[in-house]
Amino acid sequence: MARSLNIIYFAWVRERLGIDQEEVALADGIETIGDVVTLLAERGAGYADIFSDPGKLRFALDQDYGIAATPIGSASELAIFPPVTGG
Amino acid sequence: MIRIAVGPEDFDIAAETRRVAGRGGGAIASFIGQVRDDGNLASLELEHYPAMTGKALTAIAEQALSDWPLHAVTIIHRVGKLVVGDNIVLVLTGSDHREAAMESCSFVMDKLKTVAPFWKKETRADGAAKWIEERQSDIEAAGKWKN
Repeated sequence: MARSLNIIYFAWVRERLGIDQEEVALADGIETIGDVVTLLAERGAGYADIFSDPGKLRFALDQDYGIAATPIGSASELAIFPPVTGG
Repeated sequence: MIRIAVGPEDFDIAAETRRVAGRGGGAIASFIGQVRDDGNLASLELEHYPAMTGKALTAIAEQALSDWPLHAVTIIHRVGKLVVGDNIVLVLTGSDHREAAMESCSFVMDKLKTVAPFWKKETRADGAAKWIEERQSDIEAAGKWKN
């Protein structure tokens, strides 16, 4: 079954990509947040620069924090952003 | 009682304090964070993740209410463009005693800094803009709370 995930970006991730969100098709075998990040890193230079070092990024799946090993499951939205700096 | 507000508008500290006082108790602790003047800061742009911000702040307030004997927790955070001296964040906690109020207020700020999805971008007087990076001291401050 074809699955897709809406990916949204914030702060310098959004600025460097030049987009604030995109729909990504999930092929078989893409099961975790880490799998999606690897997929993004393989898209070419602009993406590789940002996604090849996931330690600099934070992830939220349907608005709850996740880590690389978190399964996508039936989630519809993955947010990718730098460490937060509010307050 | 939990009150969470996120938006571009400034907050009225006196009105917010009266609201917390109205929930009872005789001890109210507050923290007000403002844009710091560090020499040549022109403006600060605050971005957030609207679908997640309210959820994250509510979870912090609920944690404070479950860990301290509180009557009220208020968290207000501004977004958008701010300049030196502008208010950024207000946290109020109301309790019967000062220790619970002050500790929980500190807890809310420490957690907010490391969990709530806000990002600050600073623009200098010469036009140079830079996203602010997380600070190790903030991570350590949040880590000292057992929850």
